[in-house]
Amino acid sequence: MATVVPPPSKKQRKAAQLEREVDVVPSDLPDVLIKFEASDAPEASQDRIRGGFRVPGGITEKQLEELLNKLQHTEDDPVPYSFSFTANDQLMDIRTSLYASVLKPGYKSTEDFITLLYTPRAVFKVKPITRASGTISGHGSTILAAQFSPNDSSKMVTGAGDSTARLWDCNTQTIQHTLAGHTNWVLCVSWSPSGDVIATGSMDNTIRLWDPKTGKQLGKPLAGHTKWISSISWEPLHAVAVGEKPRLCSGSKDGTIKVWDTVRNVCLLTMCGHASSVSCIRWGGAGYIYSGSHDKTVKMWDAKDGKCVSTLKSHAHWVNHLSLSTDYALRMGPYDHTGVKPKDDAEAKQNAQKNYNKVAMVGGKAKELMVTASDDFTMFLWDPLSSTKPICRMTGHQKLVNHVSFSPDGRYIASASFDNSIKLWDARTGKFITSFRGHVASVYQVSWSSDCRLIVSASKDTTLKVWDVNTKKLMVDLPGHSDEVYAVDWSTDGKRVASGGKDKMVRIWTH
Amino acid sequence: MKKKIKAHEESKVKGPKQQPKEDEALPTYLLDRETQNSAKAISTSIKQKRMEKADKFSVPLPRVRGISEEEMFKVIKTGTKKSKSWKRMITKHTFVGEGFTRRPVKLERIIRPSALRQKKANVTHPELGVTVFLPILAVKKNPQSPMYTTLGVLTKGTIIEVNVSEMGMVTAGGKVVWGKYAQITNEPDRDGCVNAVLLV
Repeated sequence: MATVVPPPSKKQRKAAQLEREVDVVPSDLPDVLIKFEASDAPEASQDRIRGGFRVPGGITEKQLEELLNKLQHTEDDPVPYSFSFTANDQLMDIRTSLYASVLKPGYKSTEDFITLLYTPRAVFKVKPITRASGTISGHGSTILAAQFSPNDSSKMVTGAGDSTARLWDCNTQTIQHTLAGHTNWVLCVSWSPSGDVIATGSMDNTIRLWDPKTGKQLGKPLAGHTKWISSISWEPLHAVAVGEKPRLCSGSKDGTIKVWDTVRNVCLLTMCGHASSVSCIRWGGAGYIYSGSHDKTVKMWDAKDGKCVSTLKSHAHWVNHLSLSTDYALRMGPYDHTGVKPKDDAEAKQNAQKNYNKVAMVGGKAKELMVTASDDFTMFLWDPLSSTKPICRMTGHQKLVNHVSFSPDGRYIASASFDNSIKLWDARTGKFITSFRGHVASVYQVSWSSDCRLIVSASKDTTLKVWDVNTKKLMVDLPGHSDEVYAVDWSTDGKRVASGGKDKMVRIWTH
Repeated sequence: MKKKIKAHEESKVKGPKQQPKEDEALPTYLLDRETQNSAKAISTSIKQKRMEKADKFSVPLPRVRGISEEEMFKVIKTGTKKSKSWKRMITKHTFVGEGFTRRPVKLERIIRPSALRQKKANVTHPELGVTVFLPILAVKKNPQSPMYTTLGVLTKGTIIEVNVSEMGMVTAGGKVVWGKYAQITNEPDRDGCVNAVLLV
């Protein structure tokens, strides 16, 4: 059921009729003094600050980029940057030009020495997904979960209600392996960050590990939970010692969280504490495990000994989903958008650490933000490493919020709700940016493209929609599924999107 | 014995739905949520809408016998040779209203005989059972055709507006009710009078 974007409301039409302010730079604007500061370099480093420059007041973002590239001597392959400055202890972005963002609103005057923090943007650009490249049938039942491999966009695993998970080869659009072994629905699937093990959690209370190359189960199933597995998460690669395999943590309906050793297939730690089902679990990069539960709390556990470090109590109803600002970096592990395999474990760990630092390091300290979505129609933005009080409460949705996701660079948050809309928020402050309307039924999941410019959303109304973050509009409408779409994922190199749902078909979408 | 009674009672109580089969697999975020079967939801919502629509216009006589034009109109031949037959006369009772003036006779196409013009109706209150002779204010709708509504034809099933100020009804807001709808329940041209039931 494809839909048309709704016509502009009365408010929008009236606003369009009003006089609009044109951002014309006045001709007599004097020069300003600026200096560049890297936002991710550690404190007291020598290349942190670049000395003062005198530039015209109306300098645009592109010109600032060029200038910075020249200073970094990277004119041959220029790196796109985004600039921001601090005003009243708040970080504000430079949008079109220095004049429009800084001088006109009056944050700084032309006499001030403006310090610009620069963050490199994703170099590559993901092409928007416009067509379905294939529909693959094969599953005998509803598809419940889907995930692409972290390094290779041709490998994808989906879990379904027929108790199997399937490994798909997206280049030939065929099934590579069928991972059979579970005795009930496969609810969640997850690739390990190094891409060599797949974990699947199921309704039969067990987790099984599989080898993606052969399709065989690795060892015995991880049993121990008394109710179904609701969420699984891998230990980040940069926290694993060289030569060891990452551990796995799982949350279940029975309210416990278990940490498993994936080599010996035993349970290492069991964390009880939640009074109700654990809905979502994440292994953070700073050595803590975050778990959201239906008892309205989010608990932070120490991954070494399983002690509950803190309980974040603010929600008024079930916590449905949580997301960390470093989610994408932890999922990718040692890989980047080119998918080059590291030579050995040591290099893999180094690369993983680098990727993690890119997103997490702010001013030399590791900063990991978390956003939690709840049935009480709101979300909270937390800085769990520094305080148990939320940074801010993000209200605006009219029905429960089902899914939240940080953008890969940690600058935006996208939230999908049962009120048919997706909302975009600024990740640093939690301020609302815009609402994406277009779906006609509950939006189940969203997925970011790896360059943070596009979002794809899957909904109950059987369509997927691609939204552009820069223009804040719908880019492409992707109808094709014949029933609700439950799972969607964008590959890490940005080439493909996979979706699956109630109609038992897996669809691969490309440009 | 007590155990048996308890077991019997427990079997009557409907617990949470048993684990649904393979066809109804749900992702983790939809488990524990009572999502109504979408087909059932659509059918119930449509049925509710239909009921609401019907309720607004439910009348005591939902259906009436169809009346053909030959029965309703009698052809009047005019002209010196009585060959022109463009005039029609209504054979049923009509309501013309106060201040009704005939068109110039030469141009009049439809004739409403003055003997068949009704001003009052015997209106029965459905619950109280009392019948009052009330003046007719207007013809609201004739189920046969909108043309008959504009002509003011009174047949069985026609909704008319009657002046109920005699009954002394008052609204909840304190205002006096002076006009109400009623539906005609007899064929006036068979009985010679108009009997109607008040629509409350």
